[in-house]
Amino acid sequence: MQQYALKRIALFFPTIVLVTIIVFVVMRLIPGDVCIAILSDGEATYTQAELQECRVELDLNDPLFVQYFDWIGGAVQGDFGDSLWFKAPVMEELAERIPVTVELTILAMLISVVFAVPLGILSALKPESWIDYSARVFTLAGIAMPTFLVAILIVLGLVHIFDWLPALGYQQIWDDPRANLQQMIFPALALAFYEMAFIARVTRSAMMEIIREDYMRTARSKGLSESVVVFRHGLKNALLPVLTTSGWIFARLFGGTVIIETIFLVPGMGRILIEAIFQRDYTMIQAEIVIIAAFIVTINLVVDLLYGMLDPRIRYA
Amino acid sequence: MQVFRSDSAETGELGVDLADQVRIKPTGIAAVVAGIMDFARRKPMAFGGALVLVAAILVAIFADAIAPHAATDIGVGGKFLGPGGEDTLLGTDQLGRDIYSRLIFGARISMYVGIVSVLIGITLGTLVGIASAYIGGWSDIILQRLIDALMGFPPIILALGLMAALGASVNNVVIALVVILVPGATRVIRSQALSIKELDYTLAARSIGASSLRIIFRHMLPNVAATYIVLITLTLGFAIVVEAALSFLGVGIPPDVATWGSMLELGREHIDKQGWMVVFPGAVIALVVFAVNFLGDGLRDVMDPKLRGR
Repeated sequence: MQQYALKRIALFFPTIVLVTIIVFVVMRLIPGDVCIAILSDGEATYTQAELQECRVELDLNDPLFVQYFDWIGGAVQGDFGDSLWFKAPVMEELAERIPVTVELTILAMLISVVFAVPLGILSALKPESWIDYSARVFTLAGIAMPTFLVAILIVLGLVHIFDWLPALGYQQIWDDPRANLQQMIFPALALAFYEMAFIARVTRSAMMEIIREDYMRTARSKGLSESVVVFRHGLKNALLPVLTTSGWIFARLFGGTVIIETIFLVPGMGRILIEAIFQRDYTMIQAEIVIIAAFIVTINLVVDLLYGMLDPRIRYA
Repeated sequence: MQVFRSDSAETGELGVDLADQVRIKPTGIAAVVAGIMDFARRKPMAFGGALVLVAAILVAIFADAIAPHAATDIGVGGKFLGPGGEDTLLGTDQLGRDIYSRLIFGARISMYVGIVSVLIGITLGTLVGIASAYIGGWSDIILQRLIDALMGFPPIILALGLMAALGASVNNVVIALVVILVPGATRVIRSQALSIKELDYTLAARSIGASSLRIIFRHMLPNVAATYIVLITLTLGFAIVVEAALSFLGVGIPPDVATWGSMLELGREHIDKQGWMVVFPGAVIALVVFAVNFLGDGLRDVMDPKLRGR
């Protein structure tokens, strides 16, 4: 286990460094440079002096690797530079937004697991039954429906049936938990929809295989009740594939928040990313993408370590 | 009329006519038709998916001939019309443009962006994956770390970053999609190429002095061809969805072009006035993605069972 863990942790650092380099390179793909992009926005005119001033202010005249190390040096201390739009440190704005998105993501994860795991198990235990068929139709539909479509259809239903519109103000969960949950439940549902289908499918196929395992027959033959067999022996193993894919699940959920937050007017990281793109706030975009990617890479590390702990087979693979 | 031939008679290498009795295969159009009929019988849903995809491509190509109005024509009968109008089958939007015609022109963008980006992305991923597996060593290790890093980004976030830097345009969406498609394809193809590299026929080819390029092009490429085709169909639906999502967010295709994603966004803005404005583009996106996914699943089951569950 120790060797496996060390190997996995050793892989983590080069990946994180490469993630930062990729973001840095992507932001240098801007035709011309950031200053030209900002100053010439909407065909505005600018003087050479203004351009020089802007370049000095953003340290664009330094060699590329100096710019990179300046940025990384700040980033590891939580300083991602000043927002070009708010003219204040990026982290000041993000500090308010990150908890909102994290709450939305965790809520969506909870909803999808609580709904999908029992559905997957039931449909595996009673194959070809009506519950299995409805589960399979649901998973097919869920996987084909893009998140933004589900979200819009939910809004459409709410608007036309309940005369509801997304609330403009946002209540923090610690100020008013009830109002907060009322605001977050529909975005979380929309975000969870795809994962419900995905997790149900993964759980079903895992459970189908587990039912035929020898240890399940042994458990039954020694007289354990059916529920003990299913929950103690079956469920534990059926949850493994959900755990191994949870890195992807979180990555998809974080990607989905961009769209969901825009549709439901939730003031989280995703919505500010879109706003930053329209405002040409490149320091904000750069900081956001690096934070999200670092978060996903870290989750992948944790998932792999957990998996190694729970399933001894993986350590020797 | 059916045309028969034997493999050996045509190549003439063996010169044994006995082979005629053993391996008789239809060729040419007959073989293609027989193959398609066989596929339709074994995978009816996937075949249906293929028909929808072909229909969508034809609509995209002949959009000018099919659409009753221009995508930007604002004088077709009024704003926010519901579906079922005599001249406006699916109603009109907030400027009075015909939604049916705009959906037809939107197919152009979805099909062009989806197909071109998937072809480029998966081809690039396949070549890189084979090269990485064949060359091995340090370059393989470094490349794999780079792919780890690229896969650390949620695809839509990486695409948004690229669009922010490059600016909104059709070809920039293709570039962003290629960047998010290559890593996954490289992974899958590399692992296949690694196992092919260890097989006896590769060893045999090398032992008779075949060059690296010959081994790559004559032995590795044909053996990953099935996976390549399956990957293309399996990722096409994803590419269409990402394009629609980017256009929906307003950072993909410039807003003056009719796309399914931007129509959905316009519908969302006016959702309290005319609900149909989101229903039709939404239904078209769902139908095409559903169809393409079914085709991909069917092709995978038939051509490459090893990919199951990926």
